Amino acid sequence: MRMPRLLRGLVDRLVDRRMGLQGASVRLTYRRIFILPTRAGMGFAALLGAVWLAGVNYGNSMAYLLAFLLAGTAHAALLHTFRNLLGLRVLGAEAEPVFAGGVARFRVQLQDPDGRRRPGLFLLRESREGRAVDVPASGTGGLVLEVPAPARGYLPVGRFVVGTRFPTRLFQAWSWVRPDWGCVVYPRPEEGAVPEPAGGSAATGEAEEGATGDGDEDFRGLRRYQAGDPTRHVAWRLVARGQDPHTKVFAGAAASPVWLDWAALPGLDAEARLARLTRWVLDAERQGRPYGLRLPGEEIPPGRGPDHRHRCLTALAYHPA
Amino acid sequence: MNRAPALSTSMVAALLAVLGGVLVPHLAHLPLWVTAGVVAAGLLRWRIARKGSGLPPRWLLAGLTLGVTAGIWAAFGTLADLSAGVALLAAMGGLKLLELRRRRDALVLIYLGFFLVGAQFLFSQAPWTGAYLLGAVWALTALLVAAGRDAEEESPWAHAGLAGRLVAQAVPVAAVLFLFFPRLDGPLLGLPEEGSAVTGLDDRLAPGAVSRLSRSDAVAFRATFADAPPPPGQRYWRGPVLAAYDGREWRPAEAAEEPPELGGEEGAELDYRILLEPHSRRWLFALDLPVRDGGDARRDGDAVLRTEDPVREVIRYRMRSRLHAGLGEELEGAVRDRHLRLPEEAHPRARELAKEWEAEAADAEEVLQRALGYLRRQDFAYTLKPPDYGENWVDRFLFEERSGFCGHYAGALAFLMRAAGVPARVVTGYLGGEPNPAGDYLIVRQSDAHAWTEVWLPEEGWVRVDPTGAVAPDRAEEGLGESVPEEDPVPSMARSEGSWLRDVRFRIDALETAWNRWVLGYDAQVQRDVLGSVGLGDWPRMVAGLAAGLALAGGLVAGLVLWRGRTRRDPAVAAFARLERKLARAGVRRGRAEGPAAFGERAAAALPDQAEAVRRAVSAYIRLRYTPEGPEGGLRELRRRVAEVRGPWKRQAAGRDTSGP
Repeated sequence: MRMPRLLRGLVDRLVDRRMGLQGASVRLTYRRIFILPTRAGMGFAALLGAVWLAGVNYGNSMAYLLAFLLAGTAHAALLHTFRNLLGLRVLGAEAEPVFAGGVARFRVQLQDPDGRRRPGLFLLRESREGRAVDVPASGTGGLVLEVPAPARGYLPVGRFVVGTRFPTRLFQAWSWVRPDWGCVVYPRPEEGAVPEPAGGSAATGEAEEGATGDGDEDFRGLRRYQAGDPTRHVAWRLVARGQDPHTKVFAGAAASPVWLDWAALPGLDAEARLARLTRWVLDAERQGRPYGLRLPGEEIPPGRGPDHRHRCLTALAYHPA
Repeated sequence: MNRAPALSTSMVAALLAVLGGVLVPHLAHLPLWVTAGVVAAGLLRWRIARKGSGLPPRWLLAGLTLGVTAGIWAAFGTLADLSAGVALLAAMGGLKLLELRRRRDALVLIYLGFFLVGAQFLFSQAPWTGAYLLGAVWALTALLVAAGRDAEEESPWAHAGLAGRLVAQAVPVAAVLFLFFPRLDGPLLGLPEEGSAVTGLDDRLAPGAVSRLSRSDAVAFRATFADAPPPPGQRYWRGPVLAAYDGREWRPAEAAEEPPELGGEEGAELDYRILLEPHSRRWLFALDLPVRDGGDARRDGDAVLRTEDPVREVIRYRMRSRLHAGLGEELEGAVRDRHLRLPEEAHPRARELAKEWEAEAADAEEVLQRALGYLRRQDFAYTLKPPDYGENWVDRFLFEERSGFCGHYAGALAFLMRAAGVPARVVTGYLGGEPNPAGDYLIVRQSDAHAWTEVWLPEEGWVRVDPTGAVAPDRAEEGLGESVPEEDPVPSMARSEGSWLRDVRFRIDALETAWNRWVLGYDAQVQRDVLGSVGLGDWPRMVAGLAAGLALAGGLVAGLVLWRGRTRRDPAVAAFARLERKLARAGVRRGRAEGPAAFGERAAAALPDQAEAVRRAVSAYIRLRYTPEGPEGGLRELRRRVAEVRGPWKRQAAGRDTSGP
C-alpha cells in the first residue's frame, strides 16, 4: 500500500493509538482486521461496471445477470479473504541479537486455532512484503520478519502487518500487529586494524596468542565439561561412550585473562569506545582467551564462551552514553 | 510486492482450456481466419509451455496486432460493430496468449474471458446460456484463485471446489440485485438501427417473402390468455399494414398518428399477455384488433402497435383485443386516394379483369365476392414452393401459374380491389398459435407468418379478407402443415402428427417460456410492475427494498462463511469438556495447567464412588488424543464413558468443595 507521506504519518499515529502495544501473542479479531480492494480488485470492479453498462445499453438481462453474479462473487471473495485472517494467532519471540547496522530476523509463527487451512498469509513491514506461507488446519506456519537494526540497544519489533489476499487477490485483508517482542542490538564492532587491548597482556601477547591460537596440539589432560567450554575441545569420544562430557585441556588455554577497559581508551568518544570494546570482545572470544569487561559503573569478571560473550556485548549494547 | 513467479505449465494449460471453452459459442460469428489464428496461438503457447522455449519477440506481436486489427476492419468494414468487436476481442486474446508470462498477463486473460462471456449474451440469451454463464464464471473464478497462488506445485484445478463455493455464495446477492437493482430504460449509446440476421416478419411484402419465413420453426412470440384463447380461425395476429404498392412490393405508407375509433361490441374483449422474441423491428403484435396500447408501444391510425426503439430483447406486454371490431368507418380525401393508388403500367391483364368486375357489379361488396369467386373457381394451388415470379408477377400468378403462398394471394387481391376502385391494403402478421400442452399458452412460430388483405367497404369500414381461405380453407383452422401439399418443406413442428419428440419439444418450449418470462423479460417495465405489486413502486422504496434485500442476502452469506470459520471443536475435546462440566458441578474444577491424567486422578480421589468411571473416561480420552492413530471407535467409547460418569454424588456433592488449584 503506497500513500503520501503526510497521510501515512497520520495513519501511523491513528493506528498506534488504536492498536496499542500487544502481548507476546496476538489474536486477530473482527475489530483488528481491515480489508480493501487491491488493484486487481479495482480492475474487477471496472469489468463489472462495463458488463452492467452493456446490460443497460442493450437491455440485456443476461448481461445484468453476469454483472450481478460477479458482484456476488466479489462479495463472497471479500468474506473469504476476511475469514482467512479471522481468529489467526500471531506468535513470536525475541530475535537473536544482531550487530548495529545488521538485520534482526524475528521468527513469526502464524497459528490456526480453528481447524481451518489458511493459505497465502504474508507479513509486511514498511511496505516490504515477504514470502507468503500456507498455514495448515490447526497447524502453524513460520515466517521471518526482517527488521533493520540501525543502532545499538533494544530493538522492539515494532508494528507490522499480517495480511492475505487469498483466495481471489481481489481484496487484501490485513491487521496491524505490534507485539512486545524485541531483540538486543550489539554495538557495531570497529573494523580494520585495531590496537590490542592494553589490559596487561601486551607483553606476553604474541607468545600467548600463538600458544592459544594453535595450542590445540599441546594436550595436557581432561577435566569435566563446564558451560562455556568451546565445543571443539569437548572429548566427544567419551561422550559417545556414554560418559559424562569432558573437555580437553591444552597448554595455551590457561592463558591469563585480558581486561577490556573503557577507561583505557581515552580520547575516543563514547560510541567509538563501545565499537572498539565490541571488537575486542569478538577478537578475544575468537582467540579463546578469557576476557573481562570494565565499564563505568559495571564490571564483568573474566570468562569465555557464548554466554559470557553475550553478557559483555549486551552490557555494551545497553551502555548509557 | 515481490515479483510473481512465471506461470506453471499446468496453469497455462488450465487457462488455454477455460478460455477455449468460453470461446466456443462465439465460433458462430467469428471469421474463420480469426478462429484458426486463436487456435494456432493456443497450440503454439501450449508447445512453448511444454518445451520451456521462449515466447515470440515483442516486435513480432506488435506487428501481428496491427495486422489483425486491419484484417478485422477489412472483414467487417468497421470496428465499432458488435461482431467486429467480439472478433477483435478474441484475436487480442489469442495474441495475449503469446505474451503470457506472469500473473498479470494471466489476470488480463481471465478478465478478457469474463468480457467474452458477457459479449456472448448479446448474440444469444437462450436458456442454455444460463448454464454457460454459471459454468464460465465458475471456471474463470477457479483460474482467478489459481493465478493468485504462488505455490507452483498446486494444480490449478485444486481450486475448483473453492471457486464453486464462491459462485454458489454469490447467488443470493446476485438474485437480490437482479430483482431490485433499478433497471434503466433504453440505450445509453446509439445502437445500430436494424439487427441483422434476425428471423421475423419484414415490413415489405415481395411475393415469396413469407414462404421463406415459413420454413422456420423459431418462435415468434407466446401468448397467455386470461381466459380461453380465441378459436383457431380467429387467431389473426396483426403486424405491419402495407398500403403502398410499387408494382413489385407492398410497403408501409404513412399512417395517422391517432389510434382509430373501434366499432363492435365492448364486451367481447380478450385479455392476454405476450412474450415477444426480439425481432429488431419497431412494432409489436396483437390479436386483430388491439383496443389499448401495450408495453412501450402506441397504436397508430392503422391499429398497429408501434415502438420507439427496435425490439432487441425479449419483452413482455399486456394486451387487450376485440375480435369483431369495425375499423375506420370514415375514409375520405387523401387517405382514400392513398388506398387506391397503383403504378400506372403494372399488371395490365389483372387490371382489365378488375375493370370488368367494377363495371358489372353493383357495389364494392359484389366486386369482392367476384374476386374471391375467381380465386376459388380457378384451379389455384396453395404451396410453400411457388414458382419464381419475376416481372409482372400478378398477371403471371393470376392467369398462368396459379400457384402461390399467402403473400401472393393477399397482394394480388389487394391489387385487384384497388384496380376495381375499392380501397384495399395488405396486412402482415401471424395466423395461428398452438397451445402448449405443457403450459397454458399459445406458441406462435415464424412458420405461422401470414399475409391477408383489408378491404374498405362503405358502412362497414376496413374488413379483413383472407384470400388464402378461399384457396386453402384448412389454413386458418388447421395450420400450415395441413394446408400445403405433403411434399412441401414444412418445419417439423408445423405438422401435427403426434410423436414423443414433439412432446419433448413442447416441454423444452415451456422451460424456455419460463426462462423468457422471468429472466429475459424482466425489464424496467416489468420490474416496475412486479415491485409495484408488493408496494415498492416508486424510486425511494425500490432503493430501500434493494438495501434491505442486500443486507439480508449479504448477511446470510456472511453468516454462512464466517460462522463456518468459527472454532469447530474437536469432538473428543467437546466430550472431555462435558466431563469437566460434570465434575465441576460436583465441585472438582480442572486447574489451568492441569493435564487430563492428573485432573482425572484428583477427581477420582475426590469422588471415590465415581473413581472408576472417571478413570475409565479419562483414559479413553487420553488413548484417543495422545496415541498416534487413535483406537478404532475411540470416540464412541469416550462418549459412552463420559455418559457413565454420573450417580448419587450429584446430590451429595453440594457439600464438598474440592476446587482445583
